[in-house]
Amino acid sequence: MDTKLPPYATTGQRIWFYGFRVICGLIFFFLIAPIIIIIPLSFNAEDFFTFTPGMLALDPEAYSLHHYQDFFGEDGYPWRGLMIGLGIGAAISVVLKVWKGSTNLFPILIGAILGVIIGKLTGLEGEEWMTPLRNSLMIAPVATLLSVSFGTLAAIGLSQTHVPFKGAIMAILISPMIVPLIISAAGMYFFYSRIGLQGTFWGVVLAHAALGIPFVIITVTATLVGFDRSLTRAAANLGANPVTTFFRIQMPLILPGVISGGLFAFITSFDEVVVVIFVGSAGQQTLPWQMFTGLREQISPVILAAATILVAISIVLLATVEMLRRRSERLRGIAPH
Amino acid sequence: MTDAIQDGPMLAADGRPLKRSLARALRAQKMRALMLIAPLLLFILVTFIAPIVDMLFRSVENQIVSETLPRTVVALEGWDPSAPPDDAVYAALAYDFIAAAERREHTRLGSRLNYETTGISSLFRKTGRGVDDIGEDYADQFIELNEAWEDPATWTALMGSADWNTANSGDVDGAGTLFQLSVAAREAFPEASDAYRSFARTIQAEDDDSPTAEEPWNPVYMALYRDLSAGNGASYDGPMADLIAEAMPAVASFEGMSPREAFEDIDDDWLDLDVWGTIEAFSDPFTAGYFLSSVDLQLTPEGVTAQPEEQRIYLLLFWRTLFMSGVITISCILLGYPIAFLLSNLPTRSSNLLLILVLLPFWTSLLVRTSAWKVLLQQQGVINDILVWIGLVADDSRLALINNQTGTIIAMTHILLPFMILPMFSVMKTIPPSYVRAAKSLGATNFTAFRRVYFPQSIPGIGAGCILVFILAIGYYITPELVGGRTGTFISNRIAYHISSSLNWGLAAALGSILLAVVLVLYWLYDRIVGIDNVKLG
Repeated sequence: MDTKLPPYATTGQRIWFYGFRVICGLIFFFLIAPIIIIIPLSFNAEDFFTFTPGMLALDPEAYSLHHYQDFFGEDGYPWRGLMIGLGIGAAISVVLKVWKGSTNLFPILIGAILGVIIGKLTGLEGEEWMTPLRNSLMIAPVATLLSVSFGTLAAIGLSQTHVPFKGAIMAILISPMIVPLIISAAGMYFFYSRIGLQGTFWGVVLAHAALGIPFVIITVTATLVGFDRSLTRAAANLGANPVTTFFRIQMPLILPGVISGGLFAFITSFDEVVVVIFVGSAGQQTLPWQMFTGLREQISPVILAAATILVAISIVLLATVEMLRRRSERLRGIAPH
Repeated sequence: MTDAIQDGPMLAADGRPLKRSLARALRAQKMRALMLIAPLLLFILVTFIAPIVDMLFRSVENQIVSETLPRTVVALEGWDPSAPPDDAVYAALAYDFIAAAERREHTRLGSRLNYETTGISSLFRKTGRGVDDIGEDYADQFIELNEAWEDPATWTALMGSADWNTANSGDVDGAGTLFQLSVAAREAFPEASDAYRSFARTIQAEDDDSPTAEEPWNPVYMALYRDLSAGNGASYDGPMADLIAEAMPAVASFEGMSPREAFEDIDDDWLDLDVWGTIEAFSDPFTAGYFLSSVDLQLTPEGVTAQPEEQRIYLLLFWRTLFMSGVITISCILLGYPIAFLLSNLPTRSSNLLLILVLLPFWTSLLVRTSAWKVLLQQQGVINDILVWIGLVADDSRLALINNQTGTIIAMTHILLPFMILPMFSVMKTIPPSYVRAAKSLGATNFTAFRRVYFPQSIPGIGAGCILVFILAIGYYITPELVGGRTGTFISNRIAYHISSSLNWGLAAALGSILLAVVLVLYWLYDRIVGIDNVKLG
């Protein structure tokens, strides 16, 4: 299909050209609208799930943040956390300035963000939304760490030239992505009950790590496909041992793939609800689980506030992954398309 | 050419044959690759493959009957299913049942067998309360004959081995050592000694009591009566031989209910052939029963038959799952194809921008998208409001878009659409535009050029997308659970129900195994068509 309509196009061609674009527009609308529409609805001052007349008239009275207040609750120490985080970040910046002579404000930013989050999530007592959020933020990073470390190692192994039983191994490693979640959940529930992992933090972490591994394997092996082996040979030729070669040559080049695999693993664990319902117990209730319970029992508009925050998080993650993908392609000399 | 021509094998620099050196290097390489993969492989095997294998095992495992009623299962062998079993089976049932009731396992078995024949659960619970009384009439008559039969010491002396009696004489604290039967008693009284050992070991394990302090259960007296009246123990000369000699002629005049009458007295259902047929059919440690139930069949003494009409739900549910997954896949093709076509034909800059509109839903939490649809599709939700406002629908007849199949199909099409667009897009990107131009220059109309040239080249993308979406759809649980209501649920919802509500884990495992088999076949197809190495994300 041409991108511009030629001046000699017939009426039929014109109708087709614009008609097709309108159809595509409608499909894009179908894809995006449900996600976008919950954002204004989450600011509804009433406990309704539709636009009130006041909202349609853009009356500021009809909008409020009270669902967000309910979501965040009142426990926790965000300000104290912010102060401590800023302090630690500033200290690191100063150390870097003295040691390396470069001005870097990045640690202050990271310190402030982490400080607020950790401060807010400490000292909770049965908060309806913050406790599940804390559980999610404790489970997902540990599961991600496990998936990434095991997965990267195995992906490097799989990308060697001679791997016996490669097909079978690959099929086993990818299987957690293919097997329906309800089946994984059922099997894990039965098996983890036998070995005493059911209803424990580590049970959920191991289950989520297993679910995240295929994503790490796929992204890291994809990065390794374009990896130029003469670089490691050159390093070895210059006297580097295999460990040095790995950390100084191979790791920086495959790092974008590792990080985006890690993000996939993180989002898999952070979004996962079926397995955690069965493998976890009340003490491991995560944010998606709380949303699921909320949607199934008494649906409250606070869910829309939670959903809006999750949309914001996914936008950040999407942007990061896209950035990493392009960087990886540039590093490997594949022209960005 | 002055190359020296070597005799024999070619040698490497260190003097070894080159072939062997190469083989060794290759082996080292393979080992290194395997060493790198091994930790992850082990991890996946333990955390993921073992649970799946466990589930497969549970779908056929059925040890509960033979573990709870071991004697009954043995006695039932060779039973003629046209009449209730004979007294020996009922007697065995009495010994098994009282031990099971003491261990509180009879209700568990009752609920298990109730999955197969309704009514067994209540029958078992009722029997658990009445089984103590079986043999009470015999116990009374033994005690009337000689009060020594009331004394626990009589029984331990009669039944226990000499070593056990020595170790447990005097005041024993708690249960004492594990009860051991004497060889003489075992040979003389096969039934009574077995029943007594079961009694002794059960109270030791369950109540922490010693048999030296407890009078046996009533069924044990019945067992002794049955042994003596059958002439067993006529030549017994061990401890308490005088008591036996005294009872031997007396039992002929004992009166009491036979084991079958005793069970009939508790509940008429014990004469029901269906109950016995179920116990017999499920006495094997492995059963195909769960799988048969999964496809609306049942195991009866007459063989495999169809379930009663009102209990046939699973085939319908499997069919509905496949049908709705098919509808969702087709909707995804219809909506995804134009988008993939547009994206692959636009200049890179604008297609990258539009791709974000596809990737954003892909990255957004499943729960967020499901809650969005739950909010939008409600009767008082945004879509109905708009339809009423436009005037398409009257305010009092708002459309039911949620808690039915429509809701599930709309929401899941939206959720799975990116999985259709992305594989299609990656295939269409590789189709050279010059082919279509060539077709047109040879006189093809736009439509012919598309149908004969472009479309056939895009089929691999459609195939990949279809299988991916279909695999994901048939296993979906969350979205149908939240927006599907009663008519829009999938087989996964039933599996979850059996795990957490009805606790029929075996049936859940069998349903899961069937679903897994379907998915694995599709996965194999996907691997053949696309290759798992070619799965791309984002």
